[in-house]
Amino acid sequence: MPILWLLLIVLAISAVGYVVGRRRALASVGHDGRALHSLPVYYGANAFLKAIVPAAGVVLVWLLAQPLFVDNRVSQMIPDSEIREGSSRGLLMSEVRRTADGIGNAVRAGVLDDDLARDPGANAEDMTATLKEAGQVVTSNITQPVLNAAQAYRSMIERSNVLMTIAAIAVAIAGGAWGVMQSSGTFRARNVVEQGVLALLIAAASVAILTTIGIVLSLVFNTVEFFRLYPASDFFTLLEWAPSFSGRGGASSLGIIPLLWGTFYISLVALLVAVPVGLFAAIYLSEYATPRVRGIAKPLLEILAGIPTIVYGLFALLTIGPLLLSVFGDSTGLGWMQGQRAVLTAGIAMGIMLIPFVSSLSDDIINAVPQAMRDGSYGLGATKSETIKQVVLPAALPGIVGAILLAASRAIGETMIVVLGAGAAARLSLNPFEAMTTVTAKIVSQLTGDSDFASPEALVAFALGMTLFLMTLCLNVFALYIVRKYREQYD
Amino acid sequence: MSDAAMDTSGAAPQPTKSLMTEDARTKKRNASERRFRYYGIAAIGTGLFFLIALLTAILTAGIPAFRQAVVEIPFTMTQEQYDEAEAAMLKTGIYTGYFIDGLSAEMKERGVDIEFDKAAVDRLLGKVGGQLRAYYRDNEDQLGQPIGFEVAASSRVDRYLKGTFTRGDLVEGNRFFMPEDFDLIDAMRDAGIVKQVFNWTFITGVDTGVDNPGGAGIGASVLGSFFMMLVVLVLALPIGVAASIYLEEFAPKNRFTDLIEVNISNLAAVPSIVFGILGLAVFIQFAHLPQSAPLVGGLVLTLMTLPTIIISTRASLKAVPPSIRDAALGVGASKMQAVFHHVLPLAAPGILTGTIIGLAQALGETAPLLLIGMVGFVARYPEALIDGFLEPNSAVPAQIYNWAARSDAVFTEKAWGGIIILLLFLITMNTIAVILRRRFERRW
Repeated sequence: MPILWLLLIVLAISAVGYVVGRRRALASVGHDGRALHSLPVYYGANAFLKAIVPAAGVVLVWLLAQPLFVDNRVSQMIPDSEIREGSSRGLLMSEVRRTADGIGNAVRAGVLDDDLARDPGANAEDMTATLKEAGQVVTSNITQPVLNAAQAYRSMIERSNVLMTIAAIAVAIAGGAWGVMQSSGTFRARNVVEQGVLALLIAAASVAILTTIGIVLSLVFNTVEFFRLYPASDFFTLLEWAPSFSGRGGASSLGIIPLLWGTFYISLVALLVAVPVGLFAAIYLSEYATPRVRGIAKPLLEILAGIPTIVYGLFALLTIGPLLLSVFGDSTGLGWMQGQRAVLTAGIAMGIMLIPFVSSLSDDIINAVPQAMRDGSYGLGATKSETIKQVVLPAALPGIVGAILLAASRAIGETMIVVLGAGAAARLSLNPFEAMTTVTAKIVSQLTGDSDFASPEALVAFALGMTLFLMTLCLNVFALYIVRKYREQYD
Repeated sequence: MSDAAMDTSGAAPQPTKSLMTEDARTKKRNASERRFRYYGIAAIGTGLFFLIALLTAILTAGIPAFRQAVVEIPFTMTQEQYDEAEAAMLKTGIYTGYFIDGLSAEMKERGVDIEFDKAAVDRLLGKVGGQLRAYYRDNEDQLGQPIGFEVAASSRVDRYLKGTFTRGDLVEGNRFFMPEDFDLIDAMRDAGIVKQVFNWTFITGVDTGVDNPGGAGIGASVLGSFFMMLVVLVLALPIGVAASIYLEEFAPKNRFTDLIEVNISNLAAVPSIVFGILGLAVFIQFAHLPQSAPLVGGLVLTLMTLPTIIISTRASLKAVPPSIRDAALGVGASKMQAVFHHVLPLAAPGILTGTIIGLAQALGETAPLLLIGMVGFVARYPEALIDGFLEPNSAVPAQIYNWAARSDAVFTEKAWGGIIILLLFLITMNTIAVILRRRFERRW
């Protein structure tokens, strides 16, 4: 809430800057707009931008730096002796934060006296009891150092917020005043404003880079942290996935191979469904179909691509699964399938999802094959299907392979269908009727609802995410390279 | 050397048949041609079959979630009865007794005679006494007047009447439902006092615990999704448009531009769950934003939607012919003025269409929301506007996932019903996008 107010105040200062700057510029030339270098709006905009951009920058940098700084200072206050066996400084710090939040909430709710909340001599046990009474989530009994750290944390955050407010408002006023001072007839306001806008445009375009950096950093840091707690060789070679949440490390075996196998197997089933159907649909639509049929069938197929994956997940679990079970389950005497969650269940649903993906990409690629090649083939007496099989498809092959690779990358990264349809047991098996699990499903199950990542069982999700990110990245880059290279060939 | 050159035994080979009759090889080739065409038709048929199967499954399984069985009986309570009940110790018990009297009187009048006790009414219709008391405490002027009193039946009654729960499904020893209850439901149905009404609770309600599947609604999570979409719209539209304008109109051909381009095309293909990991690590672990908050969900979905919006915005900027820019520059506009005053307004319909499609995609996304904790059990609406962004809430797809993961069949039905709601939103958004495109798109 205070930040929202702060932004509103800064906005108001900037608006004042706009009005004053514009007026001042006009006044400087005796209210004759023609004597100004730029339109009056630009003088106002100059003051506006000079007030709001630096102030917003200050707030942003402050908010990014504050947790780093405060965490560092507070964490130094905790003596090493306080860190219990099997715990870590990070875990303790999150307890400190929770306690600080709890105290803050309790004070706001009026349960806790503000002076007592700040008293460094306050009794930790009394405080725990008070907080628990106030309905604040406190996991264990707060120890004295943790309580003191939490109090320090709270006061530091408060002080930091006050400082930030002052700094941001000061910067806004200074910037606005600077912009207003500049407003005189000879000032080249338009050029300055346009340069500023260009800088903002560049900043917006850089968000894409920042996102990638954010993804890579968040994956790398936590993955490194994971490998410090858990041997990398085990992660890559163990044939068993059995996390134990009770033992806090030690007893778990976290081998990625069963998960990779599940991912691979389910994706394979999905591609076996999607590629023939999608490819033949694309061939028919681009080579045989009349414009009328194409105009109806293509959008209908593409509806499949617009349906959210959660719908496919539910369809897999509640429609495909029971259907398969009734055919291959115990009831027909085959007894191959035990539960409705299986590789086939998830694979078929995923295949349906990928059909429009394969078909519209292949459609584009087949359409890009020059008509002259088809005409040459017809001229030699080949039938339409012979032309397609022996001329069009070989020419389009690299592009189609690219499309299939893109579809494979989709399948590997798909989450909701496998979470609902594939099951939770990690298995190395060839039986498609058995439940298996995938990298994405395990990321969800290891991380859902967890905010303290200190145990290898939670951190492993980041290592899995890293693997997933690298796999899909390589597939995408490779596929896009093939598709692009192929497009150039016929351009 | 060709075959013809070696075949020198005689004169030119005599055609054995007319060209008009097909020989075996031609027949084979034509057959394979036909077969190939049928493969194509079969593939499209398969695709369309899957589409129809999906929609049928959604509709048949989801529509019952919008209907709810209620029991309605005419009821009159006198002032004396009211005073007597209010003076008693166990007030609701007395009210339940009144209701049972009214119910059996009404059924007898309609020619159905069946014995039932208070426990059965509790099982089938919930806490009737409390509802009756609440009604009369709020409307004391109705005392002595005949009214039509309506009670919602429990979810099992509902499912029995819809045919998804049969006598055979009843597990022995279920204390929520006894075999004789079926007879009572049948009797009430024969008496014609059970009717199906539209289930408003499902639209406006909030999620409930596993003990009350019938009362669960999707309202609060629709609001959660709404706040998320607000964040996405406010952030992704300006950033996406600004980035596209830079890349399309101003960016010089250099390394930095290439880097941005490569990043955008890669981000468009990164699995959505990776964005969830990013949100968890950066927004929650690092920046300590509140967990499960629509604000965080909105931020994550913004990053995920940006590539989509950038790609479509660039396409619509590219579609504005260069002559517009040249004309603006020719009459003395600066490059920035040409873009913002002329190109951008002309590209606006295309940008809007792309944004709506991006929003629709973000609305259906589930996986990143699971990681930032938007699956928690939330049973209330936000109290203030700011709470809508910062208080833990769920989103429609996350709520659907949550219901699908519970074992009770009533929740499954709710999950399908939620999907209908989700798809209605998506269809509306896509229709608006299509209409905008049809209405405002200019071909140059």
